[in-house]
Amino acid sequence: MTATTLLVGPFNRVEGDLEVRLTIAEGRVQAAHVNAPLFRGFEMILAGKDPRDALTLVPRICGICSISQSAAAARALAAAQGLVPSPDGAAMAALIHAVENACDHLTHFHLFFMPDFARPAYAGRGWHGAAVERFAPMSGRAARGAVAARAEVMHILGLMAGKWPHTLAIQPGGVTRTPTARDRVRILASLRAFRGWMERDLFGGRLEDFAALGSVRELMGWTGGDVGLFLRIAADCGLEGLGRGAGRYMSFGAYPLADGPVFAPGLWDGAARALDTGGIVEDLSHAWMLGETAHPARGETRPDEAMAAPGYTWCKAPRLEGTTWETGALARQVVDGHPLAIDLARSGGVLARVAGRLLELARLQGVMERLAEGVRPEARHLVDAPMPAEAVGEGLVEAARGALGHWLRVERGRIASYQIIAPTTWNFSPRDAAGVPGPLEAALEGVPVAEGEAVPVAVQHVVRSFDPCMVCTVH
Amino acid sequence: LNLLWLQAAGCGGCTMSLLCAESPDVLSLFEAAGIHILWHPALSVETGTEAVAILRAVEGGEVDLDVLCVEGSLLRGPGGTGRFQTMAGTGRSMLDWVLSLAPRAGHVVAVGSCAAFGGVTSAGGNPADATGLGWEGAHRGGALPAEFRGRAGLPVINVAGCPTHPDWVTETLMMLASGVLDEGALDGFGRPRFYADHLVHHACPKNEFYEYKASARHLSDQGCLMENLGCVGTQAVGDCNIRPWNGGGSCTRGGYPCIACTAPDFEEPRHPFTETPKVAGIPVGLPSDMPKAWFMALASLSKAATPERIAKNAVSDRIAVPPRLRGPRR
Repeated sequence: MTATTLLVGPFNRVEGDLEVRLTIAEGRVQAAHVNAPLFRGFEMILAGKDPRDALTLVPRICGICSISQSAAAARALAAAQGLVPSPDGAAMAALIHAVENACDHLTHFHLFFMPDFARPAYAGRGWHGAAVERFAPMSGRAARGAVAARAEVMHILGLMAGKWPHTLAIQPGGVTRTPTARDRVRILASLRAFRGWMERDLFGGRLEDFAALGSVRELMGWTGGDVGLFLRIAADCGLEGLGRGAGRYMSFGAYPLADGPVFAPGLWDGAARALDTGGIVEDLSHAWMLGETAHPARGETRPDEAMAAPGYTWCKAPRLEGTTWETGALARQVVDGHPLAIDLARSGGVLARVAGRLLELARLQGVMERLAEGVRPEARHLVDAPMPAEAVGEGLVEAARGALGHWLRVERGRIASYQIIAPTTWNFSPRDAAGVPGPLEAALEGVPVAEGEAVPVAVQHVVRSFDPCMVCTVH
Repeated sequence: LNLLWLQAAGCGGCTMSLLCAESPDVLSLFEAAGIHILWHPALSVETGTEAVAILRAVEGGEVDLDVLCVEGSLLRGPGGTGRFQTMAGTGRSMLDWVLSLAPRAGHVVAVGSCAAFGGVTSAGGNPADATGLGWEGAHRGGALPAEFRGRAGLPVINVAGCPTHPDWVTETLMMLASGVLDEGALDGFGRPRFYADHLVHHACPKNEFYEYKASARHLSDQGCLMENLGCVGTQAVGDCNIRPWNGGGSCTRGGYPCIACTAPDFEEPRHPFTETPKVAGIPVGLPSDMPKAWFMALASLSKAATPERIAKNAVSDRIAVPPRLRGPRR
């Protein structure tokens, strides 16, 4: 048995820079090494700045999860200030954040993930004509419809967040713009149009019916819209068993409101349990980073300019309770206890990750509508408190791609340390000191590679099923 | 028009913003304008060796390159190697690729303030040694030499902004496609004048407050953000309030200050972004083209003349006093 090596890059239709090195034997991936080949150094840039400046700088880590970065910074600052945001401000921030996350799911499905099924490699499959018509890059009808629907629902962000990406509207104590009665009905109008498009084109049915599916068997019977097309493709291509995860899921809990988060925080590894972020460390053994394994509150970012082995990426390796955890929409829905998500988690492969995102979209619409209905123009939407000269803060949110944490330390009124662990840092982490591969690396093991495939299409499905955001990963 | 888009060291937000283009959507707009995308990292199907083959064909001159769009700053670190950003699958730095491809391009377009001037990636101590393509901050000459010109004769076109408004990008590309963008259409920092000859202040909804220097004290107050909250919209170029974002927004409409994201060095204002630096209680950095003494004289006059409606609304998070109604004309 001779193993060959395949270097796949630039790995596009992911956000940011990605390279995957595959060791292949007997037509299958034997080992995968994932490289995040871009380092910018935001944590170093933030050091020494006024803590408030994090709100301007950290959204610019990422053009696709910009509001998630804002929200995490706002929460870290609020924790350091000992500030409880105004309940109505928190609800508006949640709505703004939910719009970004919903749009990210659309972008992933239509522009990043589905176009691979329009490839000539699948010509001859019964569904290929439909896949080309709907998802061919740049010309597919579904892709164009999604881009238009996304731009339109983002009017909510224009209205309440000024612009997208890179808003300064989300503050530790709430939001900068107090909604009016007129804003409330405009938001509702945008959301109704968005629902109309989703029910007509994407789901081909009522969102509540999709969100009520309780098992993979029921899911596979859904035939409506582009979701139906995806499920037909998934069944034909065996996406359920492809790229399976380890069955360990983590969520920091999404959309914190005055009475708790909309989607619950926690861990799930066969059963749900509580999450203690005190057990998180970042392992640097296989990253081009100097320093010791540490909790992010005590961590540091010192790039190894020699890029010495065994390092093979700029990405650190976060571990909780000494092991890897998968994070993302599927994890969020599993931890929240949705029966379809839990059934999907039993296979935990490409189908599960993509269907988890669709399930969340269907549920998120109702969440956004309830938040918009509940807008109270008469309420205070922003409160403030001074920043102590010495303080620490942890900011935990759920980005579209999963758990995002910011750890801040303020000394003498300045940022002394700012550490960020992004969702894809978890999912696309390299090996740790024990040699344990990251979630994607593990999921790629065993994936089939056909003879002569320079860019194995099954590998692409697995990689993109995670919806990686590489610019956040290393930051 | 053949267009190649590369993402250097940035956040990808200018592409994400571009996808917010409306009437029509960006994909339909490109198609109708005859803009053919050779490769775009977020949109094209080609990946890995397929993508590298396209880049090599352009580099080798087998495919004509009319426009090279670069999003993100160029990293020279560590130690001048550029290896803080390696183009995946090629073993070559992004810097090396861009230096090789730029001379092949009819036009080179820097999309966003990172590509234009270095931007946020070059903030703080600039750990990755980031620079813009044609400029490093306000100095001519970045990754490319100061005298660089595209094959068609123009310097690097800086569609600056953090992020760029989708229309700034699509309109620049449409002007290039129809051959109407010449050097006179660019300002002193290489920015297209169709948006850079305006100030963010133009059509700012807070203008009535500005007239009286009725200032917000907190971020949710409705008043002008210049005196206390760091807003530099009176100096920042951009038509953000004339042609708003995402259906109707702008930074100041969102209730937070303009930070002049279209300008070189905006990432290092030398004061907290949301706090106006003052000397003896007077803001530094007043409007750039107005004599300071006049400004002060007018400001103190107008402050003294501020109607109660404006004074109260400026420090309220909602309209506390509506405009006075005129009664019947007898």
